Amino acid sequence: MVFAVLQRLGQMLFVMVGISALVFLIFFATPGSDPAARLAGRNASPETVEAIRKDFGFDRPLPVQYVIMMNRLFVTQDLTSFVNRGLRIVPAVAQAAPVTLSLVAGAAVLWVIGGILVGVVAALARDTLLDRGLMVLALIGVSMPVYWLGEVMNLITQSRFHDTIFFSWVPSLGYKPLLTDPWGWFKTLIIPWFTLAALYIGIYGRVLRANLVEAYQEDFIRTARAKGLSPARVMVRHALRTSLIPFVTMFGLDFGVLVGGSALLTEVVFGLNGVGRLTYQALLNLDLPMVLGTVMYASFFVVVANALVDVVYVLIDPRVRES
Amino acid sequence: MTSAEKPILLDVNGLTVSFATDRGMVRAVRDVSFSVREGEILSIVGESGSGKSVTLLSLLGLHDRKTTRVEGMVSFRGRGILDLSPGELRSIRGREIGLISQDPMTALNPVYTIGWQIAEQIRAHEKISARAARKRAVELLGEVGLSNPQEAVDRYPHQLSGGMRQRAVIAMALSCNPALLVADEPTTALDVTVQAQVLDLLLRLRKDFGSAIILITHDMGVVSEVADRVAVMYAGRIVERGETEAMFASPLHPYSWGLMGSIPPLTGPRLARLKSIPGMPPTPDRIGEGCGFAPRCAFARSACLERPPLRKIGTQAALCILEEPERAALRRTVLSAEEFA
Amino acid sequence: MMPSDRSNPVSAAPEAFGLSPSSPAPLMSARSLVKTFTVGRTMKPGSGRTLHAVDNISLDVFPAETLGLVGESGSGKSTLGRCLTRLYDINGGTLSFEGTDITKADARALKPVRRKVQMIFQDPSASLNPRRRVRDVLAEVLKVHRIREGAGIEDRLGELMDLVGLRREYLDRYPHEFSGGQRQRIGIARALAVEPKLIVADEPVSALDVSVQAQIVNLFSDLRERLDLTYVFIAHDLAVVRQVSSRVAVMYLGSIVETGETDALYARPSHPYTQALLSAIPQPHNRGRRDRILLSGEIPSPLDPPAGCKFSTRCPQAQDICRQVRPVLSAISAERQVACHFPLG
Repeated sequence: MVFAVLQRLGQMLFVMVGISALVFLIFFATPGSDPAARLAGRNASPETVEAIRKDFGFDRPLPVQYVIMMNRLFVTQDLTSFVNRGLRIVPAVAQAAPVTLSLVAGAAVLWVIGGILVGVVAALARDTLLDRGLMVLALIGVSMPVYWLGEVMNLITQSRFHDTIFFSWVPSLGYKPLLTDPWGWFKTLIIPWFTLAALYIGIYGRVLRANLVEAYQEDFIRTARAKGLSPARVMVRHALRTSLIPFVTMFGLDFGVLVGGSALLTEVVFGLNGVGRLTYQALLNLDLPMVLGTVMYASFFVVVANALVDVVYVLIDPRVRES
Repeated sequence: MTSAEKPILLDVNGLTVSFATDRGMVRAVRDVSFSVREGEILSIVGESGSGKSVTLLSLLGLHDRKTTRVEGMVSFRGRGILDLSPGELRSIRGREIGLISQDPMTALNPVYTIGWQIAEQIRAHEKISARAARKRAVELLGEVGLSNPQEAVDRYPHQLSGGMRQRAVIAMALSCNPALLVADEPTTALDVTVQAQVLDLLLRLRKDFGSAIILITHDMGVVSEVADRVAVMYAGRIVERGETEAMFASPLHPYSWGLMGSIPPLTGPRLARLKSIPGMPPTPDRIGEGCGFAPRCAFARSACLERPPLRKIGTQAALCILEEPERAALRRTVLSAEEFA
Repeated sequence: MMPSDRSNPVSAAPEAFGLSPSSPAPLMSARSLVKTFTVGRTMKPGSGRTLHAVDNISLDVFPAETLGLVGESGSGKSTLGRCLTRLYDINGGTLSFEGTDITKADARALKPVRRKVQMIFQDPSASLNPRRRVRDVLAEVLKVHRIREGAGIEDRLGELMDLVGLRREYLDRYPHEFSGGQRQRIGIARALAVEPKLIVADEPVSALDVSVQAQIVNLFSDLRERLDLTYVFIAHDLAVVRQVSSRVAVMYLGSIVETGETDALYARPSHPYTQALLSAIPQPHNRGRRDRILLSGEIPSPLDPPAGCKFSTRCPQAQDICRQVRPVLSAISAERQVACHFPLG
């Protein structure tokens, strides 16, 4: 058991180091371009470029360059952006992370509850109008682009109907920190949460319904019914329980990717300065140190989410426990 | 056997099961009647598609209510169970009628321990503490011959061998001391030596618990080994039924002759060829009103296109147009031993 | 734990057990055959465990005989069949066909052998492409092996259908339009297309209903006589094996425990396992229970076979020596070999 955990941690570390090396090579070791010049940004003076070259050791071998870069990024944490002079990478990411986490975590709660509700109700009402209606709604949720849905929500809650009693409580766009203003935090995020969750409720509901319908063909469901259990118990303790395994896999991947910055569109629409937006701006400005930082941050969450999925597997599926 | 004097536990009369398909209603089980007395083992034998499993599922109300229509009369301990509400039926399922499924690999939920699953069934029917239910589970596992029940109770299905798993399934079916066990091909997925153990167990349970058993199988050997009475199903109908002894000694229906001739003997002289039945069993949508076996029957005549009559001889009965003594003469030609190698 | 000390394979190989004094040279011959699988290998070094699916087996297949291989799950009978047809690579010992060593033969060297040795599987539909008509499936075999060309192909297709008892117009149907028994007939036709000498049939009738199973069993018998075929017939159903086989080998946990002429072996088994296996089969033909030997427990995991005789953990006759020394398959009469310290009289 201890070995398995250590092995898993080792794997995570290996993946992260691999990603960092890959990203570093792509940005700083591409043949035919001067990394120092890239780092210095557009219209930099030759002196600046030269200073950067010395500073980052670009006149030394690649492995040394990599070590220097990683050292400045993670150990001394004084890697700075040259596009936005003086902007330190790590603190900038650290400041954006809570915004993204708040957005994604809240949406995740909504989409897990919503997805399970839609899936379970549709599976129970299989082949009825209710089932078809829910599946059509889910398909609509999946098909609506998040930026469009977000703008529509804004249109309704921020301008058109903002003065009606329904939406007068909605604060203006932007993020309010949880610790200083919890109620404001909640109010600013509730519309973004629903917007981001709509897509995932659709996907998760449809997938869960399919899994449940399949589970009901299983022998052990027949056994459960033959035992004289109530339909609710058959659904919750037997069908749903075993159908959650693929559900958890999907959740781990989606959550990791979203926290890593894929909630970009939602962040932009609702004026939330999260990691996605930070990455986006860094890419626009060719701010390589910042891109490096956000990519590392994103890969960290994807790797951690995958590890958590594995842990949850062990909890919900005894067959995984042995191997 | 004294089982003939025991009261009737389950009485099935004119059971017909139809499915809604793209091509309209298809009747998978037609006008099936049989009864089971207390403590008796009745075997329903048939090939795939004969309707034997459908019969069993509809008895337990486990069919899909949206697509399946069940007609006829089924009375269990004097109650018509086809008319019961789902709630009333649930109180019978698992408590008075236990199900043993074919494949112990898939019949148990992989994410719960054996003990949990047995206790769940007990607690669904009795007001009893979790601890007491667990204690009962341990006792039951010992009863069905698991060597270390204290330990097995906390095992997950995948940690047990096939034979142990089937014993656990049987323990679960027994957990509320049901009057009737329905076993759907309980040994088909097992190795021969393990099958022998499980059949032995079923016979012992009948003795110790007094449960009646409906045993569904395709294996004539298993039937001859454990059943008191047999019903042979073909194309949705029971074509022959009777006491096992008599049926194996002198089967009445040409399909039964074919089945017997199809099984290679394990002792005695070897046959040069098996007396196989030509053709194959029909699918339920291809069966008309007449005898379902007629297209494969060497003795079919035009009268077989009509619904065959039920003829009774002693404890046996068969759905066939043939009458004595013609039947006896034909049977001699079919089951004679002249073709030995 | 290594299940057996494998000394020099040549000296460990028992004498080739012949069918009869007049028996010709064997068609196929295996000596000390070993097939292992590694299971449960993870990133942890040395974590994989070795499973001896076929553990030091020697046997001969003579022309025109049907050798039945019987055993329960985990006995390695299917693995042995796949080794004989070289669908699996062999880890040890030697295998020869018509005197040629094919133990390590590569795909090119195996091509002529594949024409003469064919395999039939339990589920023929798994090996039939659902989008191709029977005609295309069979014609392809003929073309690949250059057996017929041009108009000859059409004639041969008709012949094959006749041989397996299917109507010629079924050539234009797709696999899903057939019943299980018919699909198995197509599987047989495909094997026959190359005019093989030896057919290894792995549980060819166990997925079929009894009434259809009997037809296919008869078909196997008929084809052997008409085409001078040799079979290795693998099945768990001892009654079916008795019906088709002239000689039988009984397997347990990767080893042959007993082999001999069919009728004699069924009438008087010499290995306690064979005896128990036979007594465990419920039989409709002679009702009235015989003295059943109820074996305790189940087949041990092939990953962890018992020391000494592999059957010693379940054997009613086991003595101390059985738990320590593994018995070698050796002749107790002209036509019978048994791997047992105390063979039954």
